[in-house]
Amino acid sequence: MHYGGKIIIGLIIFIGLLLSPFAFNMGKAYKQPKLKLPAKEKKCVESLEFMRTKHMQLLDEWRDWALRDGKRVYVNHEGKEFEISLQNTCMDCHKNKADFCDKCHNDAGVSPYCWDCHIQPEGLK
Amino acid sequence: MNALYSLLFVFLLVFIPLFGVGLGHLNTIFGVCIPMTAFVIFILGFAYRIFKWGKSPVPFSIPTTGGQQYAYDPETFKQSKWDNPTNGFQTFVRMALEILTFRSLFRNSSASLHEVKGEPVVAYASAKWLWLFALLFHYSFLVIVIRHLRLFLEPIPFFVNGAEFMDGILQIGAPVLYQSDLLIIAGLLFLLFRRLADAKLRYISLVNDYFPLFLIIGIAASGIYMRYYAKVDVIAIKELTMGLATFNFHVPANIDVSFYVHVFLVSVLLAYFPFSKLMHLGGVFLSPTRNMPNDSRIRHHVNPWNDPNIKPHSYEAYEKDFGPMMAEAGLPLDNPENAKGTEEA
Repeated sequence: MHYGGKIIIGLIIFIGLLLSPFAFNMGKAYKQPKLKLPAKEKKCVESLEFMRTKHMQLLDEWRDWALRDGKRVYVNHEGKEFEISLQNTCMDCHKNKADFCDKCHNDAGVSPYCWDCHIQPEGLK
Repeated sequence: MNALYSLLFVFLLVFIPLFGVGLGHLNTIFGVCIPMTAFVIFILGFAYRIFKWGKSPVPFSIPTTGGQQYAYDPETFKQSKWDNPTNGFQTFVRMALEILTFRSLFRNSSASLHEVKGEPVVAYASAKWLWLFALLFHYSFLVIVIRHLRLFLEPIPFFVNGAEFMDGILQIGAPVLYQSDLLIIAGLLFLLFRRLADAKLRYISLVNDYFPLFLIIGIAASGIYMRYYAKVDVIAIKELTMGLATFNFHVPANIDVSFYVHVFLVSVLLAYFPFSKLMHLGGVFLSPTRNMPNDSRIRHHVNPWNDPNIKPHSYEAYEKDFGPMMAEAGLPLDNPENAKGTEEA
């Protein structure tokens, strides 16, 4: 083999990189994070399935409606009315960012920029 | 026609998981068995191809000499080090520039025919579009691969979070828009339309040129659909993908079918990769015109095919062997003694 040593070293590095996730996760078993759900309320603004996958879309729309259009009332799919407010509606139940938001966001590797403007809920009573 | 066949084939590939998961509920097969098999095929196929190429002999020293070579008088004739390297380090830099910045594509030129005062004139102009969009496509793909590691690693390493942050730094919408998603589609569409628009390119384009393009467009489109439209359950998907990365297979129930389409197309790409032109990923490192230093005047390049029993034969020895015949034919001899011959005497 011409350049045999170098080719094999390169191949080993490449395959090593491909297999590195297996080594990195060795012995671990991943489970979906358990969320600390609020005690006083059983139902969120929308259904569980909707909130699970589309909460970011809802929050994005809420921000636009509240801050750009001045619309402060949200009517959900069941016809119930909510005040459009992260601070007063969402965080009324979900008081702790570390116990709720961060659980999934850390695992999914997303860092939403909500707290660039809003006060983080840990500091609230 | 080739483009149409490729497009139809990719459509067919999309329908397989749509029916398999949507109607057949074969979630485990499409979520675990097929991707794992494709990954194994990819690794073994890749290693096999590299071994096969590595074993082929390199009979000649054939680096492209894209600039002034190392001259007798290097002061007057300055060597173009990265275009005409003579040692290992310079060759390494040339390879790195080629692989990281696509330098040979940057030199791409296009010929065009013009008419000047009724006479046809050929003009050559620099053509950078292919280089630009190829670069956009490849780097977007790299960023996307790095970003996807968030689904296969726990805890997520800093560089994956960093790539995620930089990619969504424009903070458009929620979930944030990734620039790499836009750029990879732009790159792919350019590479596709380039083949379709130019008659010369269309003539030489085969199914195996169009198919990977349509396949990767399909992968990018299904990924974009999952993220921005279907809004799939990322945590449930992470449970599945972490199952793959820990050999602790588990298929959560509430994953949208678009995920299985995406995974199936990626599996097809992985399995197809080692047997296609996409192997330029490994092959670029083995290009003899790039990875050899231009040192044929400094070092003797030995052809591995050479029979070691055949020794070099100098002109002096040749003249000794054929002296009488050469003298008879009236050819000049360096050593007139050879005219008499040796053996017969």
